[in-house]
Amino acid sequence: MTQTAQIRSETGAGGHGIGASVLRKEDLRFITGAGRYTDDIDLPGQAYAVFLRSPFARARIERIDTDDARAMPGVIAVLTGRDMADDGLGDLPCGWLVKQKDGRDMVAAPHPPLAHTQVNYVGEPYGVVIAATLYDARQAAEAVEVDFTELDPVVDPAHARHSEDIHAGVLGNLAYDWELGDRAATEAALATAAHVTRIELVNNRLIPNAMEPRAAVGAYDPGTGEHTLYTTSQNPHLERLVLSAFVGVAPEHRLRVIAPDVGGGFGSKIFVYPEETAVIWAARKVGRPVKWTAERSESFLADAHGRDHVTHAELGVDADGRFVALKVETTANLGAYLSLFGSSVPTYLYGTLLAGQYRTPNIHVEVHGVYTNTAPVDAYRGAGRPEATYVVERIVETAARELGIDPAELRRRNMIRPDEFPYQTPVALQYDTGNYQASLERALELIDYAGFPARRAAAAARGLRRGIGFSCYIEACGLAPSKLAISLGAGVGLYESGEIRVNPTGSVTVFTGTHSHGQGHETTFAQIVADRFGIGLDDVEVVHGDTGRVEFGLGTYGSRSLSVGGSAISVAADKVIAKGKLIAAHMLETVPGTIEFADGRFGQPGSNQSLSFGEVAFAAYVPANYPDGLEPGLSEKAFYDPANFTFPAGTHIAEVEVDPETGVVEVVAFVAVDDFGRVINPMIVHGQVQGGLAQGIGQALLERCVYDEFGQLRTGSMMDYCLPRADDLPDFTIDTTVTPCTHNPLGAKGCGEAGAIGSPAAIMNAVTDAIGTNDLAMPATPEKVWRALAR
Amino acid sequence: MKVSFTVNGTPRALDVPANTLLVDLLRQHLDLTGTHVGCDTSQCGACTVHLDGRAVKSCTVLAGQLEGAVVTTIEGIGTPARLHPMQEAFRACHALQCGFCTPGMIMAAIELVEYGAIDGSDPAAVRRRVREGLEGNLCRCTGYQNIVDAVMQAAGKMR
Repeated sequence: MTQTAQIRSETGAGGHGIGASVLRKEDLRFITGAGRYTDDIDLPGQAYAVFLRSPFARARIERIDTDDARAMPGVIAVLTGRDMADDGLGDLPCGWLVKQKDGRDMVAAPHPPLAHTQVNYVGEPYGVVIAATLYDARQAAEAVEVDFTELDPVVDPAHARHSEDIHAGVLGNLAYDWELGDRAATEAALATAAHVTRIELVNNRLIPNAMEPRAAVGAYDPGTGEHTLYTTSQNPHLERLVLSAFVGVAPEHRLRVIAPDVGGGFGSKIFVYPEETAVIWAARKVGRPVKWTAERSESFLADAHGRDHVTHAELGVDADGRFVALKVETTANLGAYLSLFGSSVPTYLYGTLLAGQYRTPNIHVEVHGVYTNTAPVDAYRGAGRPEATYVVERIVETAARELGIDPAELRRRNMIRPDEFPYQTPVALQYDTGNYQASLERALELIDYAGFPARRAAAAARGLRRGIGFSCYIEACGLAPSKLAISLGAGVGLYESGEIRVNPTGSVTVFTGTHSHGQGHETTFAQIVADRFGIGLDDVEVVHGDTGRVEFGLGTYGSRSLSVGGSAISVAADKVIAKGKLIAAHMLETVPGTIEFADGRFGQPGSNQSLSFGEVAFAAYVPANYPDGLEPGLSEKAFYDPANFTFPAGTHIAEVEVDPETGVVEVVAFVAVDDFGRVINPMIVHGQVQGGLAQGIGQALLERCVYDEFGQLRTGSMMDYCLPRADDLPDFTIDTTVTPCTHNPLGAKGCGEAGAIGSPAAIMNAVTDAIGTNDLAMPATPEKVWRALAR
Repeated sequence: MKVSFTVNGTPRALDVPANTLLVDLLRQHLDLTGTHVGCDTSQCGACTVHLDGRAVKSCTVLAGQLEGAVVTTIEGIGTPARLHPMQEAFRACHALQCGFCTPGMIMAAIELVEYGAIDGSDPAAVRRRVREGLEGNLCRCTGYQNIVDAVMQAAGKMR
């Protein structure tokens, strides 16, 4: 335990600097109702958009009659997919080109923002009504007459390859067959393994449900030619790039995308959707600002969904309980179209993580990405890594049970040791650092593993079945470096920008290309800068979410904001300090190399002469006493391209009690010990973990998206889709271990997704331990648990 | 129809269709955008306000029911300089992330405390009741633990 205690000691700093649990700067506006979300924005003269959405999972559009609708009160325009195509707008692109195992490119079906010949999922938009009021637009939408010819839908991904082709030219509804790893070596190792554990897993389809529904307000200024789009985006610059370069709505330099306060994203607001595309296009077309806000029903139908894998996996173990091979075959449901990053999630963000925390020498994964007549599937909190963790940690736990080895011991025996880093996995990644044993041992201590048998016995005396389950997860965050990602098919770089403008009075404005929609960047990034410059937290303002103010950026997803975006700010801060030293050296009449900057002052060691940060800033803008040849001003920026992914990892342990009479599962204890590298604000990090755990436990116990055989969404409201509520969840026990990332200046790894990645396997391992059968799929609802017990 | 009621201490008289929802009335007619709309089935609680002192989902109240009523929204309980103890506790406990559910959650939490849901000597039982009491308000960010902490903390100060 001493080792763990030592590693954990970094998170207790006071003050407002790095390591302090500073209260959030952004909170004051949120707790007083002064937040400004997209739906809070009204523009003068704005009209309202209501989308026409397909009632069928698959149908040909034969004819759209808009005459009656256009004649209704207040109606300004009824626009269809045909109008959009006639205006020359392009399709929505998929931003990651996956190469198939035979070397061919994946097959990306055309994805028009508004359908014009065929609709391919219930809720797919094929037109939009623009009217003076929302009421008028709704009424008119009801009056649009459409002749559809219904076609047989493809709903079940497991049967998609043997169903009718949804898209012309996409044979067997197969977007790609992808593989990674050495198949022959893996099969050979499995053939000679002392024991092989086999498992069939379904990773249930989820609907993200950020509390703020998507929304967009678009305006066009004919005088300047500028388009302004307010929208609920996690990455406004990428939105602008896609809308200009691919869709062709407006030239990039005449399109400003603003993502103001955004009420949660969890991935679902990364993507460029049909609705905001249509809103900015329509605003120009009708000559008025246009506003659209999704109703929750539209969120269920038309936000990108998550997960949806069917997997068969085999783990070979030798006579000493060491893993020798892992073979995984997965069918991934991609939905009706490839969403912006939909192709990368079940491939590069999934297959590459299948080594987990272990020294498994042979791994092979094959993924069949299939189209179905369901909403597009894309990144949802964790994006591929929860699916990978679920495979690895469910099969490892199952192997432990089959072999009669304690599940903690089997993991311990196979974990990569601290002295083995950097560690090259057989599935492409090189882990830079980690200490998996430390988080495992700490988690065992916190859950009181030794006391579990007594707790199980006590539960049994109360008529309840108690189980314990582990999940030792790893994730790859801060996707990088750009060159590698682009060589693997990424359509954009994965660096981040940071800019620091020191104002003449010494206050500081920080511009970041990441976007905060709950993560607290306005506080965390301010802490970094205040700490570096030795100034107050209130002297730092962080600006994000506006392409008109921030130069460029790639947004927030994949737990990248601190490790990539924060690192860019850190590098920019270095440049500010370097320039400040030149100015200070001149003012102190000495040579530049002798100046040091510490505690907010520039000075020479051993000298009592020094200058404050503010004095140097003022001199930079009022350069009376100033070095010859040095540009005035104190404003620096950096584009930071990471050398590698970061690899947060940790151990989650769940304890559950199952009531055999009812099948109800109660999570009675949950311990999460995570290694996120260096932590800037522990309070915020713990909050991220808690929120992630809630979503992971939601997946394991409550949440499931269901389409019926006709492709109708049966879980299309909050009454049918079970989101975790306050009384569904326990209090969590959370701790961190710290092994700093080796390749970024902050030593940070990222924390946003870990909770959702690790917890589903821990819960399901605990429930299956409690009920004594492995034959149970997520979500473990009372009915399913009760039936499993009855089998 | 004409309707007169009080919002955050100010008398208001409006002429709106009788089927106007209170939440739309607040957001669109009175520009009180702190009250949010998160669903269309009265499930999420983001629109929770106080109507005559009780927490209600303002998406379930019609303008026609408002004559003479007293409505309090998130904008009416405190300012950045003079926060309500519940607002202060939400910040102190990191009980919010994206902030979208927060106004409704705070309004629901205040009612819980005012109507005694948190009274009792067994902290575990009280926490359980707080969780049950907040069951009508969804939060997708926090996992609720810090919200429960905030309610417990504010309760001490509100007494």
